[in-house]
Amino acid sequence: MNSGDTAWVLISAALVLLMTPGLAFFYGGMVRRKNVLSVLMQCFIIMCVLSLQWVLVGYSLSFHPGNGFWGGLQWLGLNGVGLEPYADYAGTIPHQAFMVFQGMFAIITPALIIGAFAERMKFFAFLVFTLLWATFVYDPLCHWVWGMGGWLRNMGALDFAGGTVVHINAGIAALVTAIVLGKRSNLEKNVPTPHNMPFVVLGTALLWFGWFGFNAGSALAANGLAVNAFVVTNTAAAAAGLSWALIEWIRNGKATIFGTCSGAVAGLVAITPAAGFVSVIPAIIIGLLVSVFCFIAVTVIKPLFGYDDSLDAFGVHCVGGIWGALATGLFASKLVNSAGANGAFFGNPKQFLVQLLTVGVTIVYTGVVTLVIYKLVDLFIGVRVDEKSEAMGLDLTQHRERAYTVLE
Amino acid sequence: MKLVIAIIQPYKLEEVKEELYKTDVNLITVSEVLGHGRQKGVTEVYRGAKETGNLLRKIRLEIAINDNYLEPTIKAIVKGAKTGETGDGKIFVLDLAECIRIRTEERGSPAIG
Repeated sequence: MNSGDTAWVLISAALVLLMTPGLAFFYGGMVRRKNVLSVLMQCFIIMCVLSLQWVLVGYSLSFHPGNGFWGGLQWLGLNGVGLEPYADYAGTIPHQAFMVFQGMFAIITPALIIGAFAERMKFFAFLVFTLLWATFVYDPLCHWVWGMGGWLRNMGALDFAGGTVVHINAGIAALVTAIVLGKRSNLEKNVPTPHNMPFVVLGTALLWFGWFGFNAGSALAANGLAVNAFVVTNTAAAAAGLSWALIEWIRNGKATIFGTCSGAVAGLVAITPAAGFVSVIPAIIIGLLVSVFCFIAVTVIKPLFGYDDSLDAFGVHCVGGIWGALATGLFASKLVNSAGANGAFFGNPKQFLVQLLTVGVTIVYTGVVTLVIYKLVDLFIGVRVDEKSEAMGLDLTQHRERAYTVLE
Repeated sequence: MKLVIAIIQPYKLEEVKEELYKTDVNLITVSEVLGHGRQKGVTEVYRGAKETGNLLRKIRLEIAINDNYLEPTIKAIVKGAKTGETGDGKIFVLDLAECIRIRTEERGSPAIG
């Protein structure tokens, strides 16, 4: 047991937890003001519900060394998950420190999907959907990629901090729900504008800050690898934020704070799977290019196909995540992490194919199971609010609260 | 010339705007206001404390029009805002003494459209 490692992982867990309220402000600022509380509430209740789901069943399903496809039920309620290290995951920190760190990832992943169905989903339907999705999509995929015995892990897939498990996963679920739920009403005539841009900036800042725990914490030790992840995370976010601003400047004549924030988040997404495997120059390339791909996704592809991914959960997280996963297969180097693998640019083109297969498997599995869960919830509860509730706003109709007063 | 002032439910603004555009009335001023009518309103709950009977949020429209547009404008607002429940709002019609377009200094009817 190492006290420095334990301290770093606990702090990292707290940093990752802070990302979910950060995301709440990031998304909350983007919606209309009649819906801001609904978004904050959805993020916050996920912290409550999934914290419980994780210690009761989620951790066992994800991380118990079961077979290739699921972890099993032996660790239900943290039975047998104690304060001694579990060497297969992290040999120098208490098992529960690893467990709680991973739990924060399980919280933020379904929260990312909110961006796709914001402003039109029933609260109760959202709760049921989220709980089912965490249990039947997140937990199995997490096991495949990170769990002992997981079949994608055994195949050699590289995902340092969750590019596939978190971002592609949530991003595909976002696309599916945005398509089946349909557009927000009156969208063509009245394009919704973000109601509070400073919230978006605040949220981005909290995400960037928390992401150091997300990526550098994934080293699971206070060591050189954590420092590498920290440095490339900051570098990629910076490159991507600048890149998005420049793209806007060239294309629209002005750089915007909204664009710069979107770029920074895209950069953080893209570096996530690569953070423990690439050095700083590839991180700059990954950051500069992710904004190009995500910019095309949200300004060209989304209008072309006409799905209403309200806050671009697919456009930023899935597209950025796919680029990050593939870039890991290109730029990974054993000089950075001897426990990792070399990528295509370091003489191992097979790694790129493994990454490609992992991305493909995630898209198919998550896409199909998300659709099934959505249809079930829609059948029994009904997912979408009625037209009047949507027009009045979810704050008042789903929660009987309002964010802002007029006079006092 | 008339000045039409309408107080409507906030969530009906989009429909009213749409009806007004169909009637070729494109110049409106919109503000958010608080008011009291007969409506009891939606109850909001804060930490268990119910807030009722407060001033309710409404949208106030101001539309300056020439006389021949009055009836179509009223019809459009009613069509967009009416649900049949209390709280749908009111329309007030006032005679408008003068209208001046600042840019050109035109006065009267030509300045309205």
